[in-house]
Parts: sequence; C-alpha cells; structure tokens
Amino acid sequence: MTYLIDVINALALLSNFVIIPAIAYGSQLALGALGITLVFGILRFANFSHGDLMAFGTMITILITWLFQSYGLTLGVFPTALIALPFAIIITALFCVLIEKTVYRFYRLQKSPPVILLIASIGVMFIINAIVRVTIGPNDRRFFDGEKFIIKAGQFKEITGLNEGIAIKSTQVLTLIVTIITLLLLFWFLQKTRTGKSMRAFSDNEDLALLSGVNPDKIVLITWILAAALATIAGTLYGLDKSFKPFTYFMILLPIFASAIVGGIGSPIGAVVGGYVIAFSEITLTYAYKKFFIYLLPENLSPTGMVQLLSTDYKFAISFIILVVVLVLRPSGIFRGKTL
Amino acid sequence: MTYLSGKDMTAGYGGADIISNCSIEVSKGEIAVIVGPNGAGKSTVMKAILGMIKLKTGKIILDGNNITKESPQLRVRRGMAFVPQNKNVFTGMTVQENLEMGAHLREDDIKETLNQIYELFPVLKEKKLQLAGELSGGQRQQVAVGRAMMTKPSALMLDEPTAGVSPIVMDELFERIIEIKNTGVAILIVEQNARQALAIADQGFVLVNGQNKISGTGSSLLSNNEVRRSFLGG
Repeated sequence: MTYLIDVINALALLSNFVIIPAIAYGSQLALGALGITLVFGILRFANFSHGDLMAFGTMITILITWLFQSYGLTLGVFPTALIALPFAIIITALFCVLIEKTVYRFYRLQKSPPVILLIASIGVMFIINAIVRVTIGPNDRRFFDGEKFIIKAGQFKEITGLNEGIAIKSTQVLTLIVTIITLLLLFWFLQKTRTGKSMRAFSDNEDLALLSGVNPDKIVLITWILAAALATIAGTLYGLDKSFKPFTYFMILLPIFASAIVGGIGSPIGAVVGGYVIAFSEITLTYAYKKFFIYLLPENLSPTGMVQLLSTDYKFAISFIILVVVLVLRPSGIFRGKTL
Repeated sequence: MTYLSGKDMTAGYGGADIISNCSIEVSKGEIAVIVGPNGAGKSTVMKAILGMIKLKTGKIILDGNNITKESPQLRVRRGMAFVPQNKNVFTGMTVQENLEMGAHLREDDIKETLNQIYELFPVLKEKKLQLAGELSGGQRQQVAVGRAMMTKPSALMLDEPTAGVSPIVMDELFERIIEIKNTGVAILIVEQNARQALAIADQGFVLVNGQNKISGTGSSLLSNNEVRRSFLGG
C-alpha cells in the first residue's frame, strides 16, 4: 500500500516536472514548426527568419497589451494578451506581406534557386531582429497578467494528500487549448476549403497547379499570412508561458527547425508530431530523476547522484543531435514530408 | 473548320531552334496526332501551342482568336486543357481532389462533369478517395485525363498519354479518347506508339527535325510507304 502511494507520488512528480511542461513546450514548438513547414511546402525554402518573426509578433502583442492595460482593459483571470493577439496577428501578417513584396517577390519572379531565398531570409532575420531590439529592447519581459495557476502544487497536495503536488499553470492549459483550436482550423482549411486544396496542389505539383488555373500570387500571399499568424500565436504562447526575450526567440529557431525536419519538412502533421518529439526529448533527457527513483526503488538502492542524463545547458544540443540522427537515418522525416 | 492551329511556328530553348516553320491544326470533334522519331520536337510543338515556350515566328489561333502572346493560364481559361507526359497528377491528393483541382477555375456546379468523368473512367469512381500517387500507371493516366476534362475544355492536348502503360490499357485509353472526341472536343496528341495513334487519328502530322515531313489523314499516313518504312517498322 505504501509502495502504491510511492508510485503515485513518483508519477505526480513526473507529470509536474516533465509531462505537463513538455506538452506545453511541444505545442509551442509545433506551432512554430508549422510556420516553417508551410513556407517550405509552398515556397520551397527554409525560412530562417521565422524565429525572429515570432519575436516580432510577440512584441506587437506586448505593445498592444500595454496599450489595453493603460486603458484599464483586462480580461480578468485570463491574460490581456489574448485580446491583443488577433490585432497582433493582423499587424504581423501585414508586415510579412510587406517583406514578401519587397524582398522575396523579386527572387521568386527571377525563379532563383531555393538557396538564394534561404540566404535572403537570413538577411530578413537580421533586419527583424534589429527592429525588435530597437523597438522593445533586448531585455527579458513578462507580460502575463491574470490568474497564474489553475491548480497550485500546495492545493493539489492538500486535496490528494500526496507528498508531491502537481501545479498546472493557466498558461500551460491556454497553450494547449489555443494550439488545438489553431490546428483544427488550419487542417480544416488545408483539407476542406477550395483555397486550402489549391495550396496543397501548388505544393504537390506547381506546374500542374498552374495549368489548372491556380493563381500563384494568391497562394504565396496566403502562405505568408498563415505563417505570420502561426508565428505570432506560437511566440505569444511561449512568451506567456516563460518570458519574452528577443535572444531566446532567435535560439528557438533550432528546436523549431529540428521539429519540422524530424516530422518531415513540408508535412503539417509531421511538424506537430516533431514538435512534441523534440519537446519530450529535451525535457526527459535533462530532468534530474533522483527524487523519482527514491520513490520507486527500495531505500538501499536509492541513487546518490542527480540521475540527470544531461545538464539543462545542453538542451539545444539535444535538438541538434536528433536533427543530425534523423538527417542521416531518415532524411525525409517521420512522415516523409515534401508536400502539404 | 480548323479550331486550334499553330502556323509556321519556330521556337527553341535559347540556343538552336528545335522546331522551325512547323504547322499543326485540329478541328472540333477531330483527333490530330503528331508522330515522329525521338528528338523531332513533338513535345516542343505541344509546349509552343500551350504557350509554355515563346515563339520566334508564327502564331497560334484558337477559335479564330490570335492567342500567340497569351500566357498558358489565360489559354487554359479560354478552353485549352493539357495533360503533361510526366508528373501529371497531384500525387498527395485523392482522385476526387485531383478532379476538383481540374475544375479550379469554374464557378458553376461541377457535380455533373464529375459524374461524366466517373462514367468515362469507372475505376476512378471506385478509387475516388485513394491518393493518386498510389494508383497504377494506367489509372494515373486516367486521373490526368479526367483532371484535364474537368475544365470542360474545347481543345484537349495530350503529351504521350500511353507512355509506360500496358498495351491493353493503351487500347482502352485510346477508346476513351475517341469517346471524348465524339463530344465535340478538338484533340491533339503527341505519340510514340505511332501505329495505334494514327489508327484513331483524323489528321496525322509526321515531324522530322522540327519540321513537317508529311501530313494527311491518319489512314493515308498508315498506308504511306515512306512513313511505314521510317516510323512504323515496315
């Protein structure tokens, strides 16, 4: 009986520190990777500016949140950022369309090879990076308001009588709900609507889509709008859950690319699965399991060390290693990506 | 009553001309077949008529309108449909979605046309929810022709529709093409299987080195000694 409680305690511990955070982080990566995959599926290049686009979108959300807060407009228990988000999506989409018209369109009309667009996107990355830092500064910013926890660890302990508490942050639940809604909308759009189908057709076989009368300019425009929306949502959720710092958003490019490639770049389902694969790998491999094993193993076998496979400093190395392994063993990714 | 014609076309990909002073024409309710040895410029003629490469000289007339300067997309809007030789289906989409994509430009109800296509190619109805990429070569070809037919074209152009399919499937495909012709569509085919293609052709054009060598009705070409010796193997 006491052992059963130990097991439940161990599972509670694992849920609190590994499973719940990984689901939230995985959702954020999935949304980011979807943006990369959409752009790759239609425009056929790896968009390096996506991380900074996320930063840009989040920055707009923060600015609008501050504006609303200055008018005393809040959402009560929910973060004010939620009402700012739709406006931020519109502004970021306009910004993306502006970049498309001024930068990418030129190369597209020249039918430049993908690598040239990729390098152009690195240029765009530096520009957005600078815009964000000049506008809002390089520092860490928290813009979360409202009720922080749905269940606090202490409350959980009180209710269940366990030693270990499970804390559920409202941002984690929010992340999951917003991600599910976004994914449903996006997949419905791609599978069921006329425009969505023509996007898939364009991604599948560009020449044949053109022969069928698909307007490439419209497809490209919609792709950028979707990418901007996904980047803003992913960035805002990440910022709410952790904090907003331009440099972190630049660094997040690696796990996001890893997610897109592990799932199979160009495949939206692959991007989502890839996001969770990367998130769970990062967190399970860097978590210190000492307490977990103390609960599970008899006392004389209790570990003395931290039982941590890798220090958290190496969390980016994990994405990188997974990326390399996938590229060597299964370059097309889990879902054999290439088209939407 | 010529419906679609390319007159004195000269064109190439940058360097030397692939076709020179080549003329092709087809009427509604007729099949015109372009045959010739490898590298004769058959596919190039097709691309020139569709506007995928620019003409140096010559013009393209569709239903009395000079469309030489128009983009392929505009020509598709005018009622031309094209089935490329390779990559002619959306492999990651279902058969039905492929057909729907064919009707992308149409604003009216496509149900009726869809049913007509399914009548013409019953196997497609059976497999309408399967991915086109999972079909056999012959079935894919049917999807490709079906997709082109969804625009309700007045002129249908096929680039080697029977390449890589078995003789039985080839005969069946040709039969379907005759059925399409009987609905009043002008059909232009580029073919490797010259004998079978000429057998169903109202008009035949033999191309050599990018120029018209011999033209005439399908049966006259089949019985022409020179054509038999050079292209039909005796």
